[in-house]
Amino acid sequence: MGEDTDAPLTPLNHRGFLPDHNYVTEADIISTVEFNHTGELLATGDKGGRVVIFQREPESKNELFSQGEYNVYSTFQSHEPEFDYLKSLEIEEKINKIRWLPQQNAAHFLLSTNDKTIKLWKVSERDKRPEGYNLKDEEGRIKDLSTVTSLQVPVLKPMDLMVEVSPRRLFANAHTYHVNSISVNSDYQTYMSADDLRINLWHLDITDRSFNIVDIKPVNMEDLTEVITAAEFHPHHCNLFVYSSSKGTLRLCDMREAALCDKHSKLFEEPEDPSSRSFFSEIISSVSDVKFSHSGRYLLTRDYLTAKVWDLNMESKPLETYQVHDYLRSKLCSLYENDCIFDKFECAWNGSDSVIMTGAYNNFFRMFDRNTKRDVTLEASRESSKPRAVLKPRRVCAAGGKRRKDDISVDSLDFTKKILHTAWHPTENIIAIAATNNLYIFQDKLNSEMH
Amino acid sequence: MFAKGTKRKFSDPGEEPALGAELGPVVRPLSSTYSLQRQSLLDMSLIKLQLCHMLVEPNLCRSVLIANTVRQIQEEMTQDGTWQIMTQALAAAQCPADRLVATEVLCRPSEALAAAQKEEEEEEVVVAAAMEEDVDSEANPLSSSSFLPAPFGAEPGWEDEEDDSEDEDSEECPSDAEDVPDSRRGDQVFGTFEIKHPAPPPDPALEELFSDVDPSYYDLDTVLTGMQSTPKMGPYDLLDSLSPHAAPALSTGTSCRSDLNELDHIMEIIS
Repeated sequence: MGEDTDAPLTPLNHRGFLPDHNYVTEADIISTVEFNHTGELLATGDKGGRVVIFQREPESKNELFSQGEYNVYSTFQSHEPEFDYLKSLEIEEKINKIRWLPQQNAAHFLLSTNDKTIKLWKVSERDKRPEGYNLKDEEGRIKDLSTVTSLQVPVLKPMDLMVEVSPRRLFANAHTYHVNSISVNSDYQTYMSADDLRINLWHLDITDRSFNIVDIKPVNMEDLTEVITAAEFHPHHCNLFVYSSSKGTLRLCDMREAALCDKHSKLFEEPEDPSSRSFFSEIISSVSDVKFSHSGRYLLTRDYLTAKVWDLNMESKPLETYQVHDYLRSKLCSLYENDCIFDKFECAWNGSDSVIMTGAYNNFFRMFDRNTKRDVTLEASRESSKPRAVLKPRRVCAAGGKRRKDDISVDSLDFTKKILHTAWHPTENIIAIAATNNLYIFQDKLNSEMH
Repeated sequence: MFAKGTKRKFSDPGEEPALGAELGPVVRPLSSTYSLQRQSLLDMSLIKLQLCHMLVEPNLCRSVLIANTVRQIQEEMTQDGTWQIMTQALAAAQCPADRLVATEVLCRPSEALAAAQKEEEEEEVVVAAAMEEDVDSEANPLSSSSFLPAPFGAEPGWEDEEDDSEDEDSEECPSDAEDVPDSRRGDQVFGTFEIKHPAPPPDPALEELFSDVDPSYYDLDTVLTGMQSTPKMGPYDLLDSLSPHAAPALSTGTSCRSDLNELDHIMEIIS
């Protein structure tokens, strides 16, 4: 794995959209990153409503360790800004989530969503075109019929590869609140979309109807104290899904039990340590992301300071707890003041569920090996990411503590550089890191296969 | 990242336990440092709840978490007994004489409010917040935010109304502040969310709202006061503010109208 003494991570690609400027165009800020099921394609969504799809080039057979690089495959505008006339509010075009459908034919399908509307896009290739029409000439102009003296059969001739993206479904008007998650079911026919208070179940072919399966909206909005923060289907059992809340709870629901799954099958919650209670306890316990392991046996959650692995069979407490940046615990008041405490970090499993990864501040991201209990902090930055260079582990030391060379003091951390979105290739040790408006793709040079 | 110009005592291990630090349920020091910090956190939270970008719908998760924090502080202060002192002091304060200096901590850049009448225009808020360092009493009638809605200030008719009802309302004020019913707690924050969302045509809640509106709805004073104290609401939230619950507390207009409305507004949120 890519740890400090083992095979190191090297940056494979660096998609910088703004070279060496401090000024960041808001619209270019990446808001979601997702590999498809084979890892051949990588999709990113940004604040401007655009989706960029990268494709991995086939590996060269000449060099033994030459790994395929990711290059831009297609770019399209998924969502546009809208205006809600009833509420006099803008609807942001920012892409909150992208989820790929499993590939069933030559085309690829993905779901992308902003705050209100989910869209299904078809991505297909065209590398042939018909030539030899009878009624049209090569430029498409209608031929003068008097010049047509014989019939010919049009034939398909190869052409330069063209990637076409077309919207196939529009799932709209089903969410009063902001959509934070979408998840495709293992039955490949349905998917769910979750907003702050409700979760809806859709059929991929039906856009004018959806089932509401979770509703935690109180009768009086004054009584609202908890919202849904993330939701995901179980990878194998199409009747099970999990959703997380702002109070740090996870609820596993079984759709076979009832049509409205307000009653959970299992409730995962770690009892609070009363001696460590503070005014910020609830805020930092809010779960920002939840992911099933590939095996379906574990859950990975991220709250503000930790990442936790839960066993589906044990509701009372997590199996493992990893401190992501505990040095921030004494800074919570300042982080509350500048709103950083509300940042929603995502988390990811590797393909074999042995390593978990999540982002932090100062463009740092962390990886934890569940077996060896070793962890590493790496930085996604232009300076440290020359192609083929090896990433150097970083260390954050407490203010005033013993400092080694290259260590960073807590007070020097840049809180505007946050890595919220990360993704791991489904089978190989390739990771995609979104750092504001830059996308970094790192690869484990020596151990390309998963252990 | 850290606010400049403000003394930070939170992370100093040698001093009293800080707000972000661990506090056992039994150990609750009523030291002045802790109380100041708690008050500061309360003020910060209230301002966060009110300062919302109104072009885009505010983040519900963030609002809920902040509101829960406010509630938590309020519960603790109620247990301490400091809550009663503060509410009484707020009620007694007619007109805070000093226009309080904005601290870096609690204010955003004071941009002039757009004078445009357009409903979509984003309202910027001039926040004058204070932290009086008076350690003696916890009963500091502080942390009031004043809102200057330029569109309404520009209207000449508004000025006349203000003068007429000045005497009448200054008497009403103390009782209003104390009579804030608990049912309105969080109303300003979440009630607005409720009303904003498109309801199906036959909505019993909305119909009830309309049926209970009293004639004071037509009073320019009430209308403008309603607008003023909740500047973050959009046009449809006027209906919410004119509901029978909101009307009594909002139908005050004094020469210090803006200050009293701030206090009422804060009382409604935190009570």
